[in-house]
Amino acid sequence: MTETLLVRPETARTPAPMAPTRWRVLRRRRETHDTCTLELEPLDTDGMAFRPGQFNMLYVFGIGEVPISISGDPAQPDRLVHTIRAVGPVSTALCARKAGDVIGVRGPFGSAWPVEAAEGYDVVVMAGGIGLAPLRPAIYHLLQHRGHYGNLVLLYGARTPRDLLYVRELERWRGRFDVQVEVTVDHAGAGWFGHVGVVTTLLPRAHFDPEETVAFVCGPEIMMRFAAKALMERGVAPERIYLSMERNMKCAIGLCGHCQFGPVFICKDGPVFDFARVARLLTIREL
Amino acid sequence: MTAQRSLKDLLAEHPFFQGLEEPYLELIAGCARNVRFNAGSYIFREGEPATEFFLIRYGRVSIEVHLPERGTVTIQTLGEGDVLGWSWLVPPYRNQFDARALTLVRALAFDGACIRNKCAEDPRLGYEIFSRFARIIAERLQATRLQLLDMYGAAPRRQPLHA
Repeated sequence: MTETLLVRPETARTPAPMAPTRWRVLRRRRETHDTCTLELEPLDTDGMAFRPGQFNMLYVFGIGEVPISISGDPAQPDRLVHTIRAVGPVSTALCARKAGDVIGVRGPFGSAWPVEAAEGYDVVVMAGGIGLAPLRPAIYHLLQHRGHYGNLVLLYGARTPRDLLYVRELERWRGRFDVQVEVTVDHAGAGWFGHVGVVTTLLPRAHFDPEETVAFVCGPEIMMRFAAKALMERGVAPERIYLSMERNMKCAIGLCGHCQFGPVFICKDGPVFDFARVARLLTIREL
Repeated sequence: MTAQRSLKDLLAEHPFFQGLEEPYLELIAGCARNVRFNAGSYIFREGEPATEFFLIRYGRVSIEVHLPERGTVTIQTLGEGDVLGWSWLVPPYRNQFDARALTLVRALAFDGACIRNKCAEDPRLGYEIFSRFARIIAERLQATRLQLLDMYGAAPRRQPLHA
C-alpha cells in the first residue's frame, strides 16, 4: 500500500467555526508539575463529536485563545477532555481553572489519525512528552475496537519519571495481554527501574510486522523526525507513518496564515500528515 | 567442546553477529563464557580495567554514573539482545561508567584481550568486529545527543498544539 490513509480534514463540517461555545469545567486533574487535564461539559450544545487527533481552540475569557489537541475519548462526545501544558499566559490560565469555571471552545478542527483505515494493520503508537495527549483518543479507539487491528504497540518517552502523563492508564494498558506498552525516560535517578534512553531505543523491542504496520507519532518535531527515520529503518513505509505537526495557530480555519507550513496550513490540512508528505518540509529551516 | 559448540550456536543466533562466517564464530566463541549476575550486583565499575564486553541474553542492566551531591544517575538501560561495554576496544581500556544488574542478568562475556588478539591476527575479522561496534557506538552517540537536547523539557518557542 503506497497511498495515504489520511482522513480529510473535517473543519468544513464545524458549524460557525469562529464562534466559541461555552463549556463548564467539571474536573481539573494535575498530571505533572506543569501539566493539567480539564474535563468539560457543554452548556450551549449536546456535546462535540470529534475524531482522534483533532484539536480545539480553547478561550479563557479576557485572556486569550490557544489551540489544544483533544485528549479524551471520541466515544464520549458529551465530555470534552484537554491536557494542557502551562507554557504561556493562556495555557497557565487554563490550568488555573477550577470546577465550575466556564471557558469558550471552538472546534473540532483539523485532520485525524487514520484509525479506520489502519484496520487490519499492526499499529505502532510513538509518543514523546506531551505528545501522548493527542494520541490518547486514538489509543482509546484502538483498544475499543481491538479485534480490528493486528499487534498494538505503544512506545512512550518522557523527560523524567515525574513527567509521565496518564500513569494510571499506562499501568492499566500495560496490564492487558493484547497490547505492548513500553515506557522510557531520558533522565532518571537510581529509584527508577524502568527503561532509560530516548524513545527510539524502544523500537527494537517492539513486536510488529513493518510491512503491515501503520505508525502514529506525536511529540517534539525533532523526536518525530528521528522516530520516523527509525521506523523507516525498521521497514515501515513513509506513507504509513503519521505525524501530528505543530505551528502557531490563530484562526484554525485556514484564513489567517499563521500556521502556514510551505504549501499547507497545519490547522486545515493537518495537524496529522503522513510523513511522505511533510518529510522534505521538515528539513526547511525557514518553515 | 560441547560447551563451545553451544556458545557458537548462541552467537550465530544473535543479531550482533549476524552474517559472520562460521569459522569466525568458532574463533569468537573461544573467547566467550556464560555469566550471570544477581539483581543489584555490579557487572563492572567506573575506572576499572575494561577486560570484557557482554551480550545480554536475559534481564536488564543500568548504565550509571555517580555525581557528587546528585547521587547515582542512570544514563541508559539495556536489555535482552543488547551489547554492553565497548571500553575494551579503546585504550586505555578502562570502564567509563558503572554497569549494574537491575534484574537477574544472564549474558555471554567476551574476553577483550582475546578478541583483540584474534582481530590483530586476522584484519578481516577485525573489520567485521570493529564495524559492528562502530554501529553500536554511533547509535549510542545519537541517542545520547537526543537526550542532551532535552527535547521534552525545553520551553517551546510558541504555544504548542500538544500542550
